[in-house]
Amino acid sequence: MIEAIQNAHDLAMGADERVVVMGQDVGYFGGVFRCTAGLQKKYGKTRCFDAPISELGIVGTAIGMAAYGLRPCVEIQFADYMYPGYDQIVSEAARLRYRSAGEFTCPLVIRMPTGGGIYGAQTHSQSPEALFTHVAGLKTVIPSNPADAKGLLLAAIEDPDPVIFLEPKRLYNGPFDGHHDRPVVPWKKHEAGEVSPDYYTVPLGKAATRREGSDLTILSYGTMVHVALAAVEELGVDAEVIDLRTLIPLDKPAIVESVRKTGRCLIVHEATLTSGYGAELAAVVQRECFYHLEAPIERVAGWDTPYPHAGEWDYFPGPNRVAAAIKAVMEA
Amino acid sequence: MTEANDRLPLSLTVPEPDVRPGGQPDFSHVRIPQAGEIRRPAIDEDPENMRDLAFGIIRVLDRDGNAVGPWAGSLSPEELRDGLRHMMTLRAYDARMLVAQRQGKTSFYMQHLGEEAVSCAFQRVLNKGDMNFPTYRQAGLLVAAGYPLVKMMCQVYSNDGDSARGRQLPVFYSSKENGFFSISGNLATQYVQAVGWAMASAIMRDTKIAAAWIGDGSTAESDFHAALVFASTYKAPVVLNIVNNQWAISTFQGIARGGSGTFAARGHGFGIPALRVDGNDYLAVHAAGAWAAERARRNLGPTVVEYVTYRAAGHSTSDDPSGYRPKQESEAWPLGDPILRLKGYLIAIGEWSEERHVQAEAEIADTVVRAQKEAEAIGTLQSGRRPSPKDMFEDVYAEMPPHLVEQRQQAGY
Repeated sequence: MIEAIQNAHDLAMGADERVVVMGQDVGYFGGVFRCTAGLQKKYGKTRCFDAPISELGIVGTAIGMAAYGLRPCVEIQFADYMYPGYDQIVSEAARLRYRSAGEFTCPLVIRMPTGGGIYGAQTHSQSPEALFTHVAGLKTVIPSNPADAKGLLLAAIEDPDPVIFLEPKRLYNGPFDGHHDRPVVPWKKHEAGEVSPDYYTVPLGKAATRREGSDLTILSYGTMVHVALAAVEELGVDAEVIDLRTLIPLDKPAIVESVRKTGRCLIVHEATLTSGYGAELAAVVQRECFYHLEAPIERVAGWDTPYPHAGEWDYFPGPNRVAAAIKAVMEA
Repeated sequence: MTEANDRLPLSLTVPEPDVRPGGQPDFSHVRIPQAGEIRRPAIDEDPENMRDLAFGIIRVLDRDGNAVGPWAGSLSPEELRDGLRHMMTLRAYDARMLVAQRQGKTSFYMQHLGEEAVSCAFQRVLNKGDMNFPTYRQAGLLVAAGYPLVKMMCQVYSNDGDSARGRQLPVFYSSKENGFFSISGNLATQYVQAVGWAMASAIMRDTKIAAAWIGDGSTAESDFHAALVFASTYKAPVVLNIVNNQWAISTFQGIARGGSGTFAARGHGFGIPALRVDGNDYLAVHAAGAWAAERARRNLGPTVVEYVTYRAAGHSTSDDPSGYRPKQESEAWPLGDPILRLKGYLIAIGEWSEERHVQAEAEIADTVVRAQKEAEAIGTLQSGRRPSPKDMFEDVYAEMPPHLVEQRQQAGY
């Protein structure tokens, strides 16, 4: 997935000289996760460069660049480090178009690695997507595989509004089904690891059905799509697994059509439960599918605690917890 | 407004280090004052009259192993031998933990190689009750305070002996008793908290002071600037330490420093006196730290102290510096190795010998290995006695709210 993201940057910068890349360690070194490797060498140090350690500075200057007419695509080294830039994201980037009635706009992409599974503890594991989806004016994207990551990132860079692009870091080097004690599978052995070298976009606001089924609908995104698929296979239920890919805008028709068909719904995310994005999804399903529901909507999410180091796998909502929730939905 | 159409196009400045991998490291342009050259102002000197101190480098140990100049003489030979042992212990501890990480006994580690003098010497200027707000590269504060190595190792292993219940990343220690505030991990956030802690001491008419810690790179965070404003306005009894080890992961210090000349000089915009010190000189770190601490204790307010040092190792076990700087750069660094320099001085004054050094190395190695065996007998990240998953739900609040009680039950505890 790292190569796909790097390649998306490369193609975007090659196609449009307004695309600039900035962030901590992204220049000469190519990023701590290598997502910007080689870009400075290819496009020069005024189009891909290291930023001081100031997330406020990175986001704030990127807003200024976007308002000028550039297409900045900036990296926050970990989503957990985003908070110093949060005021700039929420009060400025998200509202610039609105408050100036379109006189000034902010075509900006803010990338950040998200989620756990790498023993990163409380400062390198968070999933803050709900802090963005709650803000009017932001789009929020979270891919689950390399092919989508590339197409969604190119779509995000083309988008006229600010896009938060969350990259599940546990998926950088391969799909992860939550079985942390099993060998790591590289992307090249996975069908979605095939990435076309061409410029293509995956539209924002379109979900993907990863598995068709009739027993229940599982709504998920990012790493947890793979965990959900593993739990489904292990239980042998005929579940429909939907990968939302974009949280805002949300592909409501895909959700509604599926849940009306299956009559049961489970929502799975890694972020903490309370006020998580799953609550929004549950509200949508309740409103749109109430008369088709045969069981209460269930949620599997991270516990409402900070992410612990030693207890990584007690915290991570792995396939066993997903399987237990599937049974609960099926037996209700 | 006039039309600006007859101007030459602008161009963006992006600073770069002088040398990249493949190049020959060259620090000949770095001006290093002679040991003893920098003056020592009176403790109550007006900050306006000591601006020069932010641009030199206070040094005590010269190349021949003599302690010279107005900053010399703050420590006795016995204290210096302790200091040498602390630095040697920290280095031996780092080496063992680095190997333990490579063996999979923990997930991550950060070493101090080349920077041992900064935290080991500074701890000796503090009194019981003072509080450090450290970053992840000041474990010497704990070593020099006599905090047990086995407790540090239990933290690194996230085992059942870790007083923070395995919740934090390795090296994020915490010990209130030893004046070591719990490390956040988010950069610069605690710099401003140190100022607040110091303000509280003044509000309560206490005598304690605080020490804030930050790296060169993180001075770019707004928290650093907020800390300086508050410290300046309220004359907080705090030492504002900046460890300039030249590198923020792959980013050289010029990116955070910009056009300001030195990091110490950042204090001037806030009217805060600033010292710049040879961070690889145990005696200089101690003397400058003691000067700043005394200033705080006399209610004269904050001091910025920049320690000029070099991060000889990678940022962490996740980092390989050969990708962004020449491999020989650390050897070319002109301020030398802090342990060798202090050792040379003690030998020169007849208070140490090669034989005693070899013996001390063996004793320290033995102490570290014994502590490691003791810690591993409890457990490592992957084996032995580990914190119960039940603990995960504790301490989120003083009293566990009903929704967490429910989730803990769901988790099976």
